[in-house]
Amino acid sequence: MNLHEYQAKKLFADYDLPVSKGIAVDAAADAKTAAETLGGDKWVVKAQVHAGGRGKAGGVELVNSPIEAEEFANRWLGKNLVTYQTDVKGQPVSKILVEECTDIAEELYLGAVVDRSTRRIVFMASTEGGVEIEKVAHESPEKILKAVIDPLSGASDYQGRELAFKLGLNKEQIKEFTKLFLNLAQLFQDLDLALLEINPLVISKSGNLICLDGKINADGNALYRQPGLQTMRDPSQEDAREAAAAEWELNYVALDGNIGCMVNGAGLAMGTMDIVQLHGGSPANFLDVGGGATKERVTEAFKLILSDEKVEAVLVNIFGGIVRCDLIAEGVIGAVKEVGVAVPVVVRLEGNNADVGRAVLDKSGLNIIAASSLSDAAEKVVAAAGGSK
Amino acid sequence: MSILINSETKVICQGFTGSQGTFHSEQAIEYGTKMVGGVTPGKGGQKHLGLPVYNTVAEAYEETQADASVIYVPAPFCKDSILEAANSNIKLIVCITEGIPTLDMLVAKARCDQLGVRIIGPNCPGVITPGQSKIGIMPGHIHMPGKVGIVSRSGTLTYEAVKQTSDYGFGQSSCVGIGGDPIPGSNFIDVLELFESDFQTEAIVMIGEIGGTAEEEAAAYIKKHITKPVVSYIAGVTAPPGKRMGHAGAIISGGKGTADEKFSALQDAGVKTVRSLAEIGEGLKEITNW
Repeated sequence: MNLHEYQAKKLFADYDLPVSKGIAVDAAADAKTAAETLGGDKWVVKAQVHAGGRGKAGGVELVNSPIEAEEFANRWLGKNLVTYQTDVKGQPVSKILVEECTDIAEELYLGAVVDRSTRRIVFMASTEGGVEIEKVAHESPEKILKAVIDPLSGASDYQGRELAFKLGLNKEQIKEFTKLFLNLAQLFQDLDLALLEINPLVISKSGNLICLDGKINADGNALYRQPGLQTMRDPSQEDAREAAAAEWELNYVALDGNIGCMVNGAGLAMGTMDIVQLHGGSPANFLDVGGGATKERVTEAFKLILSDEKVEAVLVNIFGGIVRCDLIAEGVIGAVKEVGVAVPVVVRLEGNNADVGRAVLDKSGLNIIAASSLSDAAEKVVAAAGGSK
Repeated sequence: MSILINSETKVICQGFTGSQGTFHSEQAIEYGTKMVGGVTPGKGGQKHLGLPVYNTVAEAYEETQADASVIYVPAPFCKDSILEAANSNIKLIVCITEGIPTLDMLVAKARCDQLGVRIIGPNCPGVITPGQSKIGIMPGHIHMPGKVGIVSRSGTLTYEAVKQTSDYGFGQSSCVGIGGDPIPGSNFIDVLELFESDFQTEAIVMIGEIGGTAEEEAAAYIKKHITKPVVSYIAGVTAPPGKRMGHAGAIISGGKGTADEKFSALQDAGVKTVRSLAEIGEGLKEITNW
């Protein structure tokens, strides 16, 4: 689960990290008031969306008066911001962060992720802040400093000091940085984060460290024990159909094609999309109905798939391991009747009682085409959707 | 021979009396797995499925000298269950549960490494040595004792590979689902190493998917250490970047972890790759001349 910048900074502040003073608003008039409350003669106004690249897309500006802050908010609130990280529609802006302006002397990078290869939380720091870190990692990997956190003993002061020395910080900054590092490690641990990024972490003209941006991604599997994070969820930033699917414990991801897919198992669901494409078709979605594949879930899955108007045919691919395929076949028939599926449905059943399941489908009198194998299913569904494109 | 488990492997179940633990233990017993008991705190002293229930893993180990434990407890309690098993002399832990917090796995895995305990999973179907023992939720009946070792990040894709190798008459030596999480207890390399030294295994099927770099690391390992023929399929060529495809670990992030990268790393390592999951059996036939 992603957080907004203003939410990340709130958490940073809770952990005693240096952040610039700011107020998040959801009405344009409040942006003006916020700027006045913060004081000063320059402010940074930032559209809050779950995507990077906001600056280049016009979603971040430096303004010279509270009126300009209001104008910026007026321009963006209720609109969608399109950045290189979003899709063509962009992400809706419902909050603007108004912040005091920081005089920047230097821009650093500090981030942490759960590294899958080493199975450790790894902190990364670099003097190359303010730019895309993936680019730095690719072009000059030696400029990325790392600190690996031992899962059993946690982060230590020396690791923060070591990074700080290598970043070339002065004595006072080394102290500040070490504290910041330890607090971030604590935050990462306490809140079950998957990724945390401060880009840039700046050194102000007065020589202090300040977290100028904040990106946080939390582990979805741990949300049950993070009540604070649960309240920070912003459904407007998520795909509506994916969210609806989650309500039924279905995993759904929308794609651009015309062949709807309903599969049990995440790996097989991907494999099914791949084989559809291999046979010249184009998958409309990823959908894992899970191990149960009961009539209710299959029905909901059909509704979801058919809510995409591009869908011209549906492929149901079920490997019945322990569940019986004839029961699944009855579930599919029930769902097709209930939902009133108008497009052709190709069903491939394999595993437990597959023959009986196929016979049940054949006798249904509905527009259901039983396939004998995976390749056969892919060919049939591509043909049913109007052939190879 | 086989890897990890055989007909002699003594197995206990944590979460034994729950619905999942009960159902799958029944199936395992029916398959021939040497189940010797189970653990449910507070139900010690009772009998369940004709087997003794213990309050703690330590007690279960003391009474049964179990070699392996299969975990069906809900995700929030899995870290504790893994640590309990690892600290109670269990040498092989198979964790089926999906949805364990990643940071819990970091700790559990680090501790198991210290103790020399092997974890398979979480979020996986488990391990089976056909005809001898099954620990997990895979359907026993599709398997056939034989010569192909299968290792996979996905449950249902493993079943597809099993079915194809059974249909061709090759059968399986052992099948290991390492699971779809970003931090698996065992990775491809751990299992490939076992298949390489197992004389019953004559060829290996490795099924990967998008996300992470486990397949690339496996490819480098295969190039150096594996002499047996390997067929590989990677799921998710059509997956869009930045989207989690069902499994917690199946996500292309920062442009890394694509199926194409994995396919090419494996091809460079001399692995026979198949682009269609329906061609795993055919791929095996081709490279082994069986």
